Amino acid sequence: MVSNLSDYKTEVHNDWCPGCGDFGIVNAIQMALAEMEVPRDKAAIFSGVGCSGKTSHFVNVYGIHTLHGRVMTFAQGAKLANPEMTIIAAGGDGDGLGIGAGHFVAAGRRNVDMTYIIFNNGVYGLTKGQASPTLKLGLKTKSLPEPNVNQAVNPIALAIASGFTFVARGYAYDVRQLKDLIIAAVKHRGLAFLDVLQPCPTYNDINTRDWFSGMDNINEMTKKPQPRIYKLEDTNYDPIVHIDSQEEENEKLTQALIKSNEWGEKIPTGIFYQNELIAPYDQRIADRIPNYLENPPSVQEITSNGKPITDISRMLDSLQI
Amino acid sequence: MSSIDLTWVIGGPQGGGVETAANIFAGACAASGLKIFGKREYYSNIKGEHSYFGVRVSDKTIRSNVNGVTMLAAFDAETIFRHADDVFNDGAIVYESDLVPMKIEEVPTLDHDFKKRLVKYLTSKNKSLTIQGTLDAAKERGVHLYPVSFKTILSNLADETQNPKLRGMFRMLNVLAVSVSLGILSLPSDTLLKSVESIFSKKSQIAEMNKHAANYAYNFATAKYPKYKYQLSPIQKEPDTIMLQGFQSTGLGKIVSGCRFQSYYPITPASDESVFMESNETFDVENNRPGSTMIVQTEDEISAIGMTIGAALTGTRAATCTSGPGFSLMSEALGWAGINEVPIVVTLYQRSGPSTGLPTRHGQDDLQSAIHAGHGDFPRIVYASGDMEEGFYDTAKCFNFAETFQMPVIHLMDKFIASTVATVKRFDPKKITIERGKLLEKIESEDYKRFASSPDGLSSRSRLGLEKGIFWNTGDESDEYGHISEDPENRIFKMDKRATKLEFALKTISKEDQATNYGVSEFCIISWGSTKGPILDAIDMLKKEGFAIGFIQIKLLQPFPTDYIKSLIKGSKTIIDIEANHTAQLGSLLNEHLDQKVDYYIVKYTGRSMTCTEIYDSLKKILQNKAEKRQVLTYGV
Ligand SMILES: Cc1ncc(C[n+]2csc(CCOP(=O)(O)OP(=O)(O)O)c2C)c(N)n1
Ligand code: SF4
Ligand SMILES: [Mg+2]
Repeated sequence: MVSNLSDYKTEVHNDWCPGCGDFGIVNAIQMALAEMEVPRDKAAIFSGVGCSGKTSHFVNVYGIHTLHGRVMTFAQGAKLANPEMTIIAAGGDGDGLGIGAGHFVAAGRRNVDMTYIIFNNGVYGLTKGQASPTLKLGLKTKSLPEPNVNQAVNPIALAIASGFTFVARGYAYDVRQLKDLIIAAVKHRGLAFLDVLQPCPTYNDINTRDWFSGMDNINEMTKKPQPRIYKLEDTNYDPIVHIDSQEEENEKLTQALIKSNEWGEKIPTGIFYQNELIAPYDQRIADRIPNYLENPPSVQEITSNGKPITDISRMLDSLQI
Repeated sequence: MSSIDLTWVIGGPQGGGVETAANIFAGACAASGLKIFGKREYYSNIKGEHSYFGVRVSDKTIRSNVNGVTMLAAFDAETIFRHADDVFNDGAIVYESDLVPMKIEEVPTLDHDFKKRLVKYLTSKNKSLTIQGTLDAAKERGVHLYPVSFKTILSNLADETQNPKLRGMFRMLNVLAVSVSLGILSLPSDTLLKSVESIFSKKSQIAEMNKHAANYAYNFATAKYPKYKYQLSPIQKEPDTIMLQGFQSTGLGKIVSGCRFQSYYPITPASDESVFMESNETFDVENNRPGSTMIVQTEDEISAIGMTIGAALTGTRAATCTSGPGFSLMSEALGWAGINEVPIVVTLYQRSGPSTGLPTRHGQDDLQSAIHAGHGDFPRIVYASGDMEEGFYDTAKCFNFAETFQMPVIHLMDKFIASTVATVKRFDPKKITIERGKLLEKIESEDYKRFASSPDGLSSRSRLGLEKGIFWNTGDESDEYGHISEDPENRIFKMDKRATKLEFALKTISKEDQATNYGVSEFCIISWGSTKGPILDAIDMLKKEGFAIGFIQIKLLQPFPTDYIKSLIKGSKTIIDIEANHTAQLGSLLNEHLDQKVDYYIVKYTGRSMTCTEIYDSLKKILQNKAEKRQVLTYGV
């Protein structure tokens, strides 16, 4: 049975600004879930706080709209307790790379089998357009009184350095590619990161849809705009670590870092890096707790007729006088 | 047979085996049927600063420490400088004889303030500013001195066993000190040897070496010294006795009551519990597959509580465990759990604040913080345990409260309980019940509403992964489905719904669980948490002198059991509040909720737990009408 796309949509009124890139992202999420036919009750969207944070209310699966910056903490806890769930965390660039940057790095170290999508719009949308951690140094978006004084963080490079095992970039207005990237991210065994370039027509008047499609950069000969966005899959770029060797890993990490630095005239999208040879967190736990995956926290029986059934007698025996 | 009640203290540099020695001592006494109440004090330091362990031993039930030391065992100078004055006049000091010429200024870890007091004291006694002078002052009071050259014992032992390595095994000094002490106190040596064996059970070679040393030192002491006034002798063992440390009590309580997920960030004195749980992460389950608890060490306490909430949303019993600084970081998420009605348990092992305060010292500093942490009005339960037995059984109650009333529960414990070692009756899991409230196993309806209206404020609770159970949560105010709503009428509905749950909780939680009534009389103590033990012991001491004092231990602190407490104290004329913080945090709750005001306050905020002796002294002053309204206790090194 092919799932219906409409099954994954809620009737909640969407109050994003007209033309906001967020619409493309939420559509891509819904399309990906439908295409993968993930049962609605076996999926959950966790979101941070910001314009992007509202995403969970628009998808008709379990939806947990958490705290500003903390989305990954809630999402990982849920996934570890119930590994059967398909979990997608979604949040803003301020959410994940500003206030939540510590959790971002720590999540990379764990490599929990789930997906994290950052809505990268260069601004703090919901608080009216302050600079986000991804806004480039010296840029002055619409509501900034002065140009940005901070260097921008490179989300792709940070994800790679933190240990994410799938690192990709999408573009909010290329919903089809984005949908495919989300599917690849969800299917990836380990923690997947998706940096989604998300124009915010209200506050980011620099990295606009027109800018991404190169409207300011007309080819003299063809008189056509030269799009900044291009796809890695259209080049001979191979993001995958195929063999478990230091050399192979070095090569793939280095090329991904170099690619991640590309910005300006040419902006790559697609998968930068993927390594399934690193054990996901559940595997590391299963090495210690052999039946973890069959009997994870959320399905364990803890009581019979209101009485505990956990046997702690051995622990008590060891304390017995 | 004369009764036994003595306190043995061993001190030494942190990391020097003080704890091992104390465990050997306590283990030997406990194996002889004696009751143990021991307490560890240490600096926020890993190696070198002074730490000590006081073990009180008795043939009767004891629940606290006393002022004073019966026998001090010291293999470093600092222990003598710091504790000699605390030894009873008829007490004893067993010490390394090489230390005698040491001067105060030769001990770099003696802090400025203490040094000043020590110099003043020794000067007033006309004594030299050395170990010699300190010991002379003690001797003058009648203290028995037992100079022992532990180093000579080591080298004799090395010769005898032809094991020259032993000569430099200073780590063994602690075993020697215990053994000489037990020799002087005449506890039969077989219990000592068994205790040594069980402490080193994981390393058989080391166990053998230490047993040999223990036996040698024990025989040395019994051969050399005449019978000392205080003696230890075995008594009839009570069946089903366990000896444990406080942090293990809540850990065991969590495992047995079905906590299957705990996330934490390291902090003293809370993280010992999580480490203990991780060491016991798998276990058997009756008629079931083996079970396990997932323990996750997170990047900070914000993540710890976030993960706990995430796990709880899947229907898993989930908890986190922290101390003051970590709890402060958790406060935003606590409110999220409140507004989304997520059952989580936060075990809060309090220590001395504010800020990092006295990081390794005791305090009941966080009652008001537990009640008020987080912005906005949301319901929570704050529940305080008085000792490790309560720690075990109350943990199960806290999970029941969390799931029944669908709100965060803060379980207050503290450093005093965490680092107490005591003999207690073996915990009985059969006394525990597990109540999961309106947690759903199955849903029929096609229109599930997570926050559906109900008279008691409680809606059926789905969990992530349940068929037809899809719901939404948000930190924003939300409608019955959990979608954002700023509608004023909905706001009233949701605020009232959450508040109703708290009223329902207060009606539902039994009186016995709200507070423990140890008898009410004209004078009545009201207190909470770990002051319980020293208060009960102090009351017993007064009872022997013909004084009656009532005592109510409040366990449920939020919602406050106003009606029950009012009904209990109706007959009391004088209310005495006892607690280990500066502002009398319970006292202000009492004054807020009760008609009768607190008459006397007994507080302590030195970072050291209260002893029964000092509570006894201050109560006596009140009974004799000689007390100030507020008495501040100060005992303890
Ligand atoms: C602890 C905390 N601090 C501040 C805020 C206010 N706040 C709400 S959204 C937001 C920033 C949102 O920016 P971003 O994460 O980039 O999301 P966007 O709106 O751009 O999607 C801030 C600072 C908050 N909700 N919580
Ligand atoms: S402020 Fe920007 S990010 Fe937020 S909804 Fe409007 S366009 Fe989208
Ligand atoms: Mg943003």
